[in-house]
Amino acid sequence: MKHTLSILVENKPGVLARVAGLFSRRGYNIESLAVNTTESPNISRITLVVDGDEKVLEQITKQLYKLIVVLKVNDYTDTPVVERELALIRVNSDSNTRRAIIDLVEIFRASIVDVSEKDLVIEVTGDSEKIDAFIKNLEPYGIKEMVRTGKIVMARGMRLNNK
Amino acid sequence: MEMTVAQAIVRFLEEEGVKIVFGYPGGAVITFYDALYNSSIKHVLVRHEQGAAHAADGYARASGKLGVCIATSGPGATNLVTGLATAFMDSSPVLAITGQVRTSALGKDSFQEADTTGITMPITKHNYLVKNPEEVLRVFKEAIFIATTGRKGPVLIDIPADIFAAKINYQYPKDVNLPGFKPTFEPHPLQIKKAVNLIKESKRPVIFAGGGIIASEASEELIKFAEKINAPVVTSLMGKGAIPEDHPLYCGFIGMHGAAYANFTINKSDLIIAIGVRFSDRSTGKIDTFAPEAKIIHIDIDPAEIGENTTPDVPIVGDAKITLQRLYNEVDPKENPEWWKQINEWKEKYPLRYRRKENVIQPQYVIEKIYEITKGEAIIVTEVGQNQMWAAQYYKVKKPRQFITSGGLGTMGFGLPAAIGAKLARPNDIVIDIAGDGSIQMNIQELATAVTEKLPIKIFILNNSCLGMVRQWQELFYNKRYACTLFDFHPDFVKLAEAYSAYGRRVEKVEEVESAIEWALEKNDAPVIIDFMVEREENVFPMVPAGGSIDKMMID
Repeated sequence: MKHTLSILVENKPGVLARVAGLFSRRGYNIESLAVNTTESPNISRITLVVDGDEKVLEQITKQLYKLIVVLKVNDYTDTPVVERELALIRVNSDSNTRRAIIDLVEIFRASIVDVSEKDLVIEVTGDSEKIDAFIKNLEPYGIKEMVRTGKIVMARGMRLNNK
Repeated sequence: MEMTVAQAIVRFLEEEGVKIVFGYPGGAVITFYDALYNSSIKHVLVRHEQGAAHAADGYARASGKLGVCIATSGPGATNLVTGLATAFMDSSPVLAITGQVRTSALGKDSFQEADTTGITMPITKHNYLVKNPEEVLRVFKEAIFIATTGRKGPVLIDIPADIFAAKINYQYPKDVNLPGFKPTFEPHPLQIKKAVNLIKESKRPVIFAGGGIIASEASEELIKFAEKINAPVVTSLMGKGAIPEDHPLYCGFIGMHGAAYANFTINKSDLIIAIGVRFSDRSTGKIDTFAPEAKIIHIDIDPAEIGENTTPDVPIVGDAKITLQRLYNEVDPKENPEWWKQINEWKEKYPLRYRRKENVIQPQYVIEKIYEITKGEAIIVTEVGQNQMWAAQYYKVKKPRQFITSGGLGTMGFGLPAAIGAKLARPNDIVIDIAGDGSIQMNIQELATAVTEKLPIKIFILNNSCLGMVRQWQELFYNKRYACTLFDFHPDFVKLAEAYSAYGRRVEKVEEVESAIEWALEKNDAPVIIDFMVEREENVFPMVPAGGSIDKMMID
């Protein structure tokens, strides 16, 4: 089962290496990762998606807490969250296909951020499923290049207390 | 008062009560060595940085205090790696100070540069690269706190050469503020209640004591608790010494080469009270068949150890000493007569024994004699392999910190430098390194350190001219194909000892064993090597084949 972990860490050099290293040397694969600072400049948030059962997750969480730089680990898997990913997609497009793609962009509430004679660059945000669906719809036109960020999440309603 | 960072570190270490450090100088730490020159801290010059790390570790294990080692950048730091990994696996409080290239040269593949914090990240409890002189004292305060608090372990501080030389105002940092490091010492009362209920219901309880008992100085509490519930106590290898081995409740150490009755006792129990152990594969054998009828109470200061290898019925996060006090206060006294009847039958039927042979020196016999002659009072440090297992089986220790061995990593070459550390920590005790002819050659250069420091360590080599443990596996599981385990050549260990200005003696006859040990114990001004020429094909029994059930032993 996929779990989304939100890890608050001290904002210091090498912290990501400690966290990522812990995952790799214990044989857990990170599927997605996003890092940046929080509202507090001393604290960063690492959001990552990892696959594993409850037992694996419990062990991962405990091992994370052993790292001195880790302040808080939240498992958002069973929590209502606002979840976002961002993708930039360069897709083939000429005068024949441009209208159809613009329609798609509107349906998915994406936006076109660059235009050339042969292609468009589209920015889309949303949960992973939405971005997957958007990409699927664009595929017939020919995707030339794509970048996706890791997933970031925030609990809905009041702030989550760690279980 | 303004001083260099190097001077400030030395002063700080003095204020923290550090008396002795082990190290090896080099370009990146030269300023630090200059600051040590006039210090009250004794510096022991080892001959290889691995020796420095093991010596600091041995010092820590023998004394319960922080062990400190120093190395220069690059190769100096990488040479510490095996020693730090050893300390990490056995939760030993070691502080490593390494030099680093100048901050302006960092990250440029400069001369003697290595990414020391990157390399040691998985084998230290925490590490630091200090780039700001103002941070140094805070970092040292934190590092010592981390190394010695909760589950202990090695911490490394990497310091660029120019930072050592920078000027700061010395101010002793009083407080530690580490929001991400708050170990739980007090056990949860509800969990204690649950544990007490399980103890009350159990018919065949057993206490499984590990290195955590020794680390938290909980031996006395363990014995009181065990006596109150009349439970047998088995230990892990690291737990040897948690309870005196002549105590009536002591029931051997378990695992791959544990006593048969110890393995039966834990495997047939209905309740394991595990304290400061991590259920390592060497202790439990195949985990699926380990103690199938037992419920498990698992007490550990490190939450991540609980549930890592087994699923306990009652997990208790807490300090061993405090938790045992709480349990002692809550439990009712208990007798387990049926259980003890069974255990005593096992003890009688499957004692730890070996078949005596005429006219050959058997390694078990040598250990027995060492035990008799030292009256069980010596500090036993071991190398790794058959020598280690025979030492564990036949030297019955009485006290915590009396059996010092590389349990988790199984580091050959650990014994001699660790013995140096142990002897410096406890100069009035007899310190013996039980060695194999393979292991002793992995850090033999530290003989020079022991000679320089006039440390009368006794190095007893059980010389079977082979890598005995691997040879044993090859004999039993690889059809006696002795690939690369038989030594055709050895240095003359007696002459080698003499070359180092130590004492050396070879023993080839059984009759000479006792007199040679006595001779070695009389030497008080230099190390002694005795090269006991033992039988090559002697094996360590009982033995549980790797991955087997611990109650299915090859007895002999």
